[in-house]
Amino acid sequence: MNIRRRKFDALIIGAGGGGLRAALQLARADAQVAVVSKVFPTRSHTVAAQGGVNAALANVTPDNWHWHMYDTVKGSDWLGDQDAIEYMCRAAPRAVYELEHFGVPFSRLADGHIYQRAFGGQSRNFGGEQATRTCAAADRTGHAILHSLYQQNIRARTHFFDEYFAIDLVCDGEGAVLGAVAMEIETGEPILIEAKTTLLATGGAGQLFRTTTNALINTGDGMAMALRAGIPLQDMEFFQFHPTGIAGKGMLITEGVRGEGGYLINADGERFMERYAPNAKDLASRDVVSRAIAIEVREGRGCGPARDHVLLKLDHLGPDVILKRLPGIRDLAMTFLHIDPIEQPIPVYPTAHYTMGGIPTNRFGQVVVPEMQSPEEAVEGLYAAGECACVSVHGANRLGGNSLLDILVFGRAAANHIIAYLKDHRYHRPLNEESVDRALARLARWDEPGDGERVEDIRAELKKVMETHCGVFREQTVLAEGVEKVKALAERMQDVRLRDTSKTFNTARVEAMELENLIDIALATVQSALARTESRGAHSRIDYPERDDQNWMKHSLYFRDGTLDYKPVRIKPLTVESFPPKVRVY
Amino acid sequence: MTSPADTGDRQAPERQQVYWQCRRGMLELDILLQDFFHRAWDGLDAAERACFVRLLDYPDAVLFELLMGHATSADGELASVIEKIRSDPDP
Repeated sequence: MNIRRRKFDALIIGAGGGGLRAALQLARADAQVAVVSKVFPTRSHTVAAQGGVNAALANVTPDNWHWHMYDTVKGSDWLGDQDAIEYMCRAAPRAVYELEHFGVPFSRLADGHIYQRAFGGQSRNFGGEQATRTCAAADRTGHAILHSLYQQNIRARTHFFDEYFAIDLVCDGEGAVLGAVAMEIETGEPILIEAKTTLLATGGAGQLFRTTTNALINTGDGMAMALRAGIPLQDMEFFQFHPTGIAGKGMLITEGVRGEGGYLINADGERFMERYAPNAKDLASRDVVSRAIAIEVREGRGCGPARDHVLLKLDHLGPDVILKRLPGIRDLAMTFLHIDPIEQPIPVYPTAHYTMGGIPTNRFGQVVVPEMQSPEEAVEGLYAAGECACVSVHGANRLGGNSLLDILVFGRAAANHIIAYLKDHRYHRPLNEESVDRALARLARWDEPGDGERVEDIRAELKKVMETHCGVFREQTVLAEGVEKVKALAERMQDVRLRDTSKTFNTARVEAMELENLIDIALATVQSALARTESRGAHSRIDYPERDDQNWMKHSLYFRDGTLDYKPVRIKPLTVESFPPKVRVY
Repeated sequence: MTSPADTGDRQAPERQQVYWQCRRGMLELDILLQDFFHRAWDGLDAAERACFVRLLDYPDAVLFELLMGHATSADGELASVIEKIRSDPDP
């Protein structure tokens, strides 16, 4: 087919912090680099990261990268790869100083050093006193990073394809990835972007769930593209939830509310956390509170007409405490619920926050797949970084402040590997045109008119099924039903037709392809969760409550045909002794 | 969210372009802007539409401050649109 074609040294899909950090490194090395983004780059989800970026700068309390590494390994519940974690923690200070030089306005201490704040899971001396490791630019760290990186990319002449939706990867006959087919949203026309190297940096997939903190753009597009290209997804069963999101909407209500004395009640007005955690009650760990809420709802003690949430009560704290210490929470409740928490409780439910799993990569950002006897053979020309990737530094559970670090360190690392690759691969290789035709067929499928199923119906059902069957309450029967229900939705997806098949700015077409992506990722997530018969980090099984290192200290690999494979965790760091598994208590 | 594109009627491309501009990096903005778009866009006059489009040009962090009521706009027209967005009758 005769379509528009462009050629670049490197194609980056996704314009969040990971993609833009990589693009900048490449453009500064004089590579011809293109960035494809379905929204304007500074509207990527990195902008929502408020907390900060971890680096052992020791500006506030003593610190070093090795303590940071220990905390990350422990936080991962020993599923993180220790070589990648060592690499990340050692690279962190440099990553932060580079940002400073790019113009990120970090908050300052009185002595002029970069301000750092304390986050949960940070310790000194391998599990000792609280560390203070998170570098912040007020409460806008993600925004500051994204805007600085974008401006630097403009200066470095990175080529941006704004509001282009990536459809599928293209390759040659040997499986090397050579770019992608994308669609210009404004015209609906496809474009073939040939590239010697391609980096997926498309972020997470929080839109799998009804209640999520993730923006609507987080539909796991890159993960699904990788799956369709025959690449497995790794550790997809590990999805981080926060216990209190605004019910049905997802925005986060911080633990600070319960820290100030707020507590949860069910439809009977019962303070139910007393039953689940008699001592810690509402301040029990996140997974315990999340699961308790889900059980209350499952057992019919949920609130509201659909009995699908519980209530977070804080009116007893009085207006003074709420106005002084929780003004942001009051604003959220008043804006999104028209409820003043001074007078009324807030409806809450566990909210999906972060995708720990993703496209398997090594610490150079190369996408790796099992091949013959090797569990990790690089796919030529293909890289991934950030939340869409699984490098794996977060393992079964991500620590606060490590997600921004992940995108910066591995965005840069991938770019450095690409730069070296480009020196040895100076010419574009011939494409397998069949791979182009397959991508175009995926687009053309939405030109078929008809009155079949509707995108919005399938999407709403998928999100509900995932919340009910693969959320915080996981056990055999629930997960097995989830697999069948998602499969049924995948079947129904074949009958979905668009009412409007026009091309110009037809956003329904984009949303239909996003839903296809979500369904593939939902299957990966629920099937991986069903198979893992243990509890580790964010994957908490009611029927298998203990971590099982003997059988399960390994990474899951889910293939699009529904098969699962496993590979060992890399427990050997680069230069230091390994941290052997032990019980994870805080 | 339902896409207003797939109603069977071919919508004006400009309308769809504005809808896509309501996709942001933060869930809070997605919800506020898309809800407003769905319930109000068709009833806005040309000046109000232009004002809403102008608002969408703001960076996400600034939009968040404005729409959450943490900051106010000195521009009377913008302030009026912001007030309408914040006063969703059925959140």
